[in-house]
Amino acid sequence: MNKPIRRVSIFCLVLILALMVRTNWVQGVQADAWASNSHNDRNKYDRYAYPRGNIIVAGQPVTKSDFVNGLRYKYKRAWIDGPLYAPVTGYSSQAYDSTQLEKLEDGILSGTDSRLFFRNTLDMLTGKQKQGGDVVTTINPKAQKAAFDGLGNKKGAAVALDPKTGAILALVSTPSYDPSTFAGGDPATDGKAWTALQSDPNKPMLNRALKETYPPGSTFKLVTATAAFENGMFQGPDDKTDTPKPYILPGTKTELKNDSDGEPCEGATLRDAMAVSCNTVYGKIGADLGRDKLRAEAEKFGFNNDKIDIPIRATASYFPKNSTPDGTAMDAIGQHDTRATPLQMAMVASAVANNGTLMQPYLVSEERSANLTPVSTHSEHQFSQPMKPETAQKLQQLMESVVKNGTGQKAQIDGVTVGGKTGTAQHGQDNSGLPFAWFVSYAKASDGQQVAVAVVVEDGAASSNEISGGSIAAPIAKSVMEAVLNK
Amino acid sequence: MSTFDLSSSHGGGRRGADRPSVRSGMRPGRRANTTITPQGTPNRRNTELVLLAFAVLVPILAYANVGLAMDNRLPAGMLAYGAGMGALALVAHLAMRRFAPYADPLLLPLGTLLNGLGLVMIWRLDKAGKLLRGNFPAAANQLMWSALGIALFIGVIVVLKDHRILQRYTYISMAVALVLLAAPAFFPSRAEDFGAKIWIRFGSFSIQPGEFAKIILTVFFAGYLMVKRDALALASRRFMGLYLPRGRDLGPIIVVWLLSILILVFETDLGTSFLFFGLFVVMLYVATERTSWIVVGLLLSFGGAALVATSESHVKTRIDAWLDPMAAFSPHPPPGSTEQIGQTLMAFGSGGVTGTGLGQGRSWLIQFAAKSDFILGSFGEELGLTGMMALFLLYALVVQRGLRTAVAARDPFGKLLAVGLSSAFALQVFVVAGGVTGLIPLTGMTMPFLAQGGSSVVANWALLALLLKISDSARRPSAEPTQAAQS
Repeated sequence: MNKPIRRVSIFCLVLILALMVRTNWVQGVQADAWASNSHNDRNKYDRYAYPRGNIIVAGQPVTKSDFVNGLRYKYKRAWIDGPLYAPVTGYSSQAYDSTQLEKLEDGILSGTDSRLFFRNTLDMLTGKQKQGGDVVTTINPKAQKAAFDGLGNKKGAAVALDPKTGAILALVSTPSYDPSTFAGGDPATDGKAWTALQSDPNKPMLNRALKETYPPGSTFKLVTATAAFENGMFQGPDDKTDTPKPYILPGTKTELKNDSDGEPCEGATLRDAMAVSCNTVYGKIGADLGRDKLRAEAEKFGFNNDKIDIPIRATASYFPKNSTPDGTAMDAIGQHDTRATPLQMAMVASAVANNGTLMQPYLVSEERSANLTPVSTHSEHQFSQPMKPETAQKLQQLMESVVKNGTGQKAQIDGVTVGGKTGTAQHGQDNSGLPFAWFVSYAKASDGQQVAVAVVVEDGAASSNEISGGSIAAPIAKSVMEAVLNK
Repeated sequence: MSTFDLSSSHGGGRRGADRPSVRSGMRPGRRANTTITPQGTPNRRNTELVLLAFAVLVPILAYANVGLAMDNRLPAGMLAYGAGMGALALVAHLAMRRFAPYADPLLLPLGTLLNGLGLVMIWRLDKAGKLLRGNFPAAANQLMWSALGIALFIGVIVVLKDHRILQRYTYISMAVALVLLAAPAFFPSRAEDFGAKIWIRFGSFSIQPGEFAKIILTVFFAGYLMVKRDALALASRRFMGLYLPRGRDLGPIIVVWLLSILILVFETDLGTSFLFFGLFVVMLYVATERTSWIVVGLLLSFGGAALVATSESHVKTRIDAWLDPMAAFSPHPPPGSTEQIGQTLMAFGSGGVTGTGLGQGRSWLIQFAAKSDFILGSFGEELGLTGMMALFLLYALVVQRGLRTAVAARDPFGKLLAVGLSSAFALQVFVVAGGVTGLIPLTGMTMPFLAQGGSSVVANWALLALLLKISDSARRPSAEPTQAAQS
């Protein structure tokens, strides 16, 4: 019987060998895939097993890691002044995943990024506690606070850029939320806070500055004016237009109206039409240019681009590809199908202020390890060149007229050159919703410092006239610009 | 020593003296000297003692490791635990010295080591506390069962004078095994048993009769086949190059096959069914040395598997879970699916090659049956691929020593019993570890010695005792001078 016994023993060897091969396959070859599987909760627990790195604003962390020593999680994320910075940081919750910088920079913050490998290994060998790296933002805390306070309990958003570098100085969305309320700890209270935020009709967790598009209203006239100059339709800001009164939308019998019949829009110059925000003038320019030229210009500014990453990805602003001439006339004044994020409109102002060069907007200036060694630094680069420098000069004249003696007078700052454009965007069924009040502006101090701002206030105006953009949004923009320029 | 060093089992020069062999090249004079004085024989008990010391020490160190990793201090019960395990092992060893002095030196240390490691892991999972759903301390209970198992081991070693006595109980064994196998079908199963009816319950006390039936059935097979082997082997018809058994000799295999199918259908116990059928085919093959039995066996098992897989929803669920272990994590998991297999694979993957270290993994994520059927997941995560390979080698050694005993046994009953017990052990290891690592569909069985489960640990200690008794009689030097005279 020994021969079959030997064969049986070979069979048993094969069984155990099969187990060994299989285990090598699972734990050796496939190990990383299983370890990083999205259902593998270990990653979630690991993220909070040691102090998470911080998000830095002006040298000060706006986040922290609380040692809670819980059953599953050792640390918990917390935010200093959470509602103020939530649109920048996003959240990092034990139960509800993470967003924005907390998610995009998770490799650095949680210390798992491969670029931190050397540091981590060194820490492990020296017995130091593992710690995530920091993410340094470009936010100017004074500007952020000014925008946040200015918006107050209104719904809206504000974005401030440094036109010369593209650095994002303020990124505010209201109403905001405190990520600390559902970051971890007690699942019951976290769940309650989360559900309340999710079901809040005011959508406090929506980052309006990046993720919401609004009809830009009259602020889009800046793009229309740029297209008109760039395409040689007009030579200077004081060129007269041949705007009739009434102006009937091409191919229809509908009259495009201005805010009031008394406005001097018939045959107005570009400058005057910008100062009082004539719909007829810029609507007609848009229709005369045609949708393709207008769209080409808008796309240079970033419209229809769904890959504007700061690194948080902004929702694509929209300028329609197909529309009838009357629709294009409406698109040209930021109504109809045109939609823009507050970031997009800040980029428009920024390009004008920076003599036609649009810099890539960015929020993160540096990633660094826990011992402050830089892991990466942002290198400023151009996003596009939407207009020639001469055109930019003309646009600046137009925008400065708006602030000097037009609808944007509330944005005037003593001793500072301010250019701006108000907007009041109709929306809703038959424009029944309360209009959105816009103000898009830039300021240049005598020392060369610059800032570009876009502010939008939802349901901001009781009436639809152009004054609302100037009266509600402009003061907020002004305070942000003052904060940046130290005025 | 190579793991499956069977070829040398007849000619091991080192121990040539303690085993008579007609083919031995030993000089008769020396043989006469050594065989009649057991005192001077190298009976390997001292080897066993040294190995046993390691087998007790390693789990104690593992125990200390868990305590240091989880509480930063040595576990309070460490000395008591060590002393307890040491005392049990020592008593077993002393019983061996007295009642089975020539038995294999490896099996007792192997059993002790595996059992000790299992206890440590169960204790470690006890310490996971609330993290493990429905966790209640099981280590003390398991320690009690282990003590009971070792007591039974000693009992078998002491009471069973010769394994051939079991031959008398061939048909009684069959009756007892059938009763044990059928019993669970008449007891209600609980929801948390996942459809498998393999327990007999009396209040909170439950036993898994399949574990004992495994041994008793092997005794029956060995006794039955020893008597019938000639009829089965010789009275056959040649058909297409295979010696096919006569119809009437097919009877028993058909009965066992039907029994397996019935277990599968009424107790939905895939593992036990596979184990018994595989065991019977292996023993039939060894008894008759007819390859045709393997062919018949394979055909019957594939036929049975196909039949049951298509008709039994429980089996189909298991196969689906094997093919797609992550399906249970989808938003709409298929009915009856569980996360365990996916969780175990993620535990393996997270453990990687070196593992997290004892006490530092999160294998409690496996939740249900983490301490029993899925305990390998915890070993895989905390000891890594390295630890898993070591464990498989330990199991391979048990199987190899058992099969080696079969080769060395002098009587056909002993050979059949040893080969049956060893291959049942091997099949069980394969079925459990294969299921847990995703090599084959999961079946509800426990890893011998490692897993929580009183029946399993007690039965496997009895299995080891039987193997050791056969080994003792196989290696016991014969005092009969006729043996020496033959050579």
